[in-house]
Amino acid sequence: MKRKLISTSSDWNFEILQTYEREIGRIAKKFKLDTYPNQIEIINSEQMMDAYASSGFPVNYHHWSFGKHFINIENNYRRGRMGLAYEIVINSNPCIAYLMEENTTTMQALVIAHACFGHNSFFKNNYLFRTWTDADSIIDYLVFAKNFISECEERYGADEVELLLDSCHALMNQGVDRYKRPYPISIEEEARRQREREEILQQQVNELWKTIPQKPGEIDENKPPRFPSEPQENLLYFIEKHAPLLEPWQREIIRIVRKIAQYMYPQRQTKIMNEGWACFWHFHILHELYREGLVSDGFMLEFFQHHTNVIYQPPFDSPQFNGLNPYTLGFGMMQDLKRICEQPTEEDRHWFPDIAGSPWLETLHFAMRDFKDESFILQFLSPRLIRELKLFAVMDNEKNKYLEVTAIHDDDGYQMIRETLAESYNISQEDPNIQAYNVNVRGDRSLTLRHEMHNGRPLEPESTEEVLKHVHRLWGFDVHLESVISTPNKTDIKLRRSCPDDGEQEDDLI
Amino acid sequence: MSFLIDRRQGSKQKSLVNRQRFMNRYRKQIRKAVAENLRARSITNTDTGEKISIPARDLREPFFHHGRGGRVTRVFPGNEKFVRGDQFPRPEAGSGNGAGPGSSDSGEGMDEFVFQISQQEFLDALFEDMELPNLTKRQLSGVEEFKRVKAGFAREGTPTNISIIRSMRSATARRIALGASKRRELRELEEKLMALPDREDTLRERRELEERIEQLREQLARIPFLDDFDIQYHRHSKEPVPHSKAVMFCLMDVSGSMDQATKDLAKRFFILLYLFLSRNYERTDVVFIRHHTSAKEVDEEEFFYSRETGGTVVSSALELMNKIIAARYPVNEWNIYGAQASDGDNWPEDAERCVTSINKLLPLTQYYAYIEITDQGDKPLWETYLAIQKNHPDIFAMQHIKGPEDIYPVFHELFRKQES
Repeated sequence: MKRKLISTSSDWNFEILQTYEREIGRIAKKFKLDTYPNQIEIINSEQMMDAYASSGFPVNYHHWSFGKHFINIENNYRRGRMGLAYEIVINSNPCIAYLMEENTTTMQALVIAHACFGHNSFFKNNYLFRTWTDADSIIDYLVFAKNFISECEERYGADEVELLLDSCHALMNQGVDRYKRPYPISIEEEARRQREREEILQQQVNELWKTIPQKPGEIDENKPPRFPSEPQENLLYFIEKHAPLLEPWQREIIRIVRKIAQYMYPQRQTKIMNEGWACFWHFHILHELYREGLVSDGFMLEFFQHHTNVIYQPPFDSPQFNGLNPYTLGFGMMQDLKRICEQPTEEDRHWFPDIAGSPWLETLHFAMRDFKDESFILQFLSPRLIRELKLFAVMDNEKNKYLEVTAIHDDDGYQMIRETLAESYNISQEDPNIQAYNVNVRGDRSLTLRHEMHNGRPLEPESTEEVLKHVHRLWGFDVHLESVISTPNKTDIKLRRSCPDDGEQEDDLI
Repeated sequence: MSFLIDRRQGSKQKSLVNRQRFMNRYRKQIRKAVAENLRARSITNTDTGEKISIPARDLREPFFHHGRGGRVTRVFPGNEKFVRGDQFPRPEAGSGNGAGPGSSDSGEGMDEFVFQISQQEFLDALFEDMELPNLTKRQLSGVEEFKRVKAGFAREGTPTNISIIRSMRSATARRIALGASKRRELRELEEKLMALPDREDTLRERRELEERIEQLREQLARIPFLDDFDIQYHRHSKEPVPHSKAVMFCLMDVSGSMDQATKDLAKRFFILLYLFLSRNYERTDVVFIRHHTSAKEVDEEEFFYSRETGGTVVSSALELMNKIIAARYPVNEWNIYGAQASDGDNWPEDAERCVTSINKLLPLTQYYAYIEITDQGDKPLWETYLAIQKNHPDIFAMQHIKGPEDIYPVFHELFRKQES
């Protein structure tokens, strides 16, 4: 093949980037990567820090916590304590990717392959993103949210809005639906519905609190029915719909925070897969470029330097250790999947009878589409990779004075390590399970939350107290939180917290 | 289909608003940190910003998460020595990267949130809630500054000032006014012409009408679209800008009894004062008077940085201040402030003259602050001034400064914003 290098220097220009984008896109198509159109934006380091501070969104409402985040990043960056990401990519249609101007030509090519085709195709095809996010309307929604919130700030005062947002942010992790699907709408539609909701919502709230007497015999005086009749996992949704004292605009702001939390939720659940998929493709696409003679040896050496830095996993006893590196695990698993398809061993045939020897491209696409981190690990983590990473499981049981190694990378340990690791990526287990359990509708209107303790794990006391104050601010009446251990036969309340603390006045709130 | 966009020239500092929100929210902590930092830092170093640190606990964003306890199993990489069933003691919380599950607690180990603020933000925090007291007299300062304000319209002016809307409006009005009677006549004649039957006997009448109509049309066409006197110009006039004028007298004892450390403290106090003044008021004069046995007006450089020795006669400085006021700062125009720093030493014979001088001064001044820099209790000058303070509690203030850490609190106390 005739060698015709796309670039020979580490300084890039827009023509070179366009060529890379075109060539990489051509190769990506060959591998059946299905993507949104790309919108690649070159930005400088300052703009990158801005993007960082607002969760990567190009527009977002104002809040002090973003300022804090920004100051923190700026500090660390200016003192050389951390480098900035080479790119940020947003799950939107078109798919917006920010590339740093400081990147060398090689880095830009790497990042285009990684973000604009790797992440992009993941956003478009993974089932969680397809179900839970709507790439077409997210930017519109953010614009709507920003305008609505700044309007509220003008009308009701920035401090008032800030307090409300503080409280909402505290509950963000409890503001997502895990089983219901939201539907996509446009910005005009969003604004129209907001006005409609404003009117209807207030009426519905009143429905709950109405005092018209019910027919005698309909309710059992000793054991009034619970409200809600089933516990509700989405606390922000529950508060938005049922908190008695909120103004319509406050309900709308709660809804905005809830929507954004919902939009981010799939990203939290697919960190390993998403990064693994993107790394896998930048690795293979750049190799393909090299095979076709479009890039030089120097280009590849620089690429390997970055690639190996990204996927390096320090061992647990190294000072650099900071948990399992999602890039390492993700890339390792994707590569391993390809290997299992192409060169299966006896062990692979035993563990993966369905995919050993199958066409690798289809299998990888299937794995990318229909799994999340938890199920992906549970399904595809192979004994070979467990050996390579020398994984081992440690149990910390508060009843013991010691920690215990419960599994290592041997025949007895593979299954256990696989399950344990998968479990640790199950967000609904890692986030405490807290649900709206009961409202004392006919009494003091207090709200009771229930924390189902998993493996006896308690809540961190200090921040729990703080969050309860926020719940109380939103709910407007007393709030209780019960930590319970349930068995099929009985429910055992281990700890009950209240806000305001029993005996204390409610103006205690900050 | 792909787009490649160069955003580098685009808006930076999108986070500026968020940063300000953050600063606002933690104003109290930032002020505290600024006051604390002031002790350590050389006060002359005002060009740079300041490093602020806030306890991280104050700005934590709480959320529900698990604490230590219960049963947790985690997976770690890089096993070289363990086999199943191995047991080892639980690492201490926060010991970081050990194999303990406690290390995952969302980075709460950080104690201090440290960040940099700019010089402007530093001064904002430093001088918040302070003002020059009793700033009552206001005076239009004669000639020095004017503001251009719009003052209606004029018939004459330069082409750059033409008011297009006004000019066109006036032209339209003129055209309507000048042509109205002719247009009315024209309309009537045209109707008349239409009404006439097209016959031999009306031919002459029709000729006349047509001639007249032609004439009118020509006249109407001659009315100019835009005439010289249509054109109007914006008129601007100069208005004097009112200023609050204040003059600050800085008096310092540089006699032999003032050692270097004491002078240094006084300097710091005055520099703080100077910063405060030049920041808060558009027009503020500062007069530096140094004295030992005799007083002398000096410039800033000499005031702070040259050395002299000798005895102490405080009244000499007060008299000089009196003279300067009489010569240069008419009392009805200027707000006059005095600030005096001394170690409290004075010749005993001078006490009486001091009282006389200061009693003459006080009716002229808005505020007079005396700081005594000493760690040995009350000195002669303090005793002298104490009586004066009793008689004039509103305008005469005195405070002790023992060490550098007192400067800012005392300063803050002296210039605290008055409740009105």
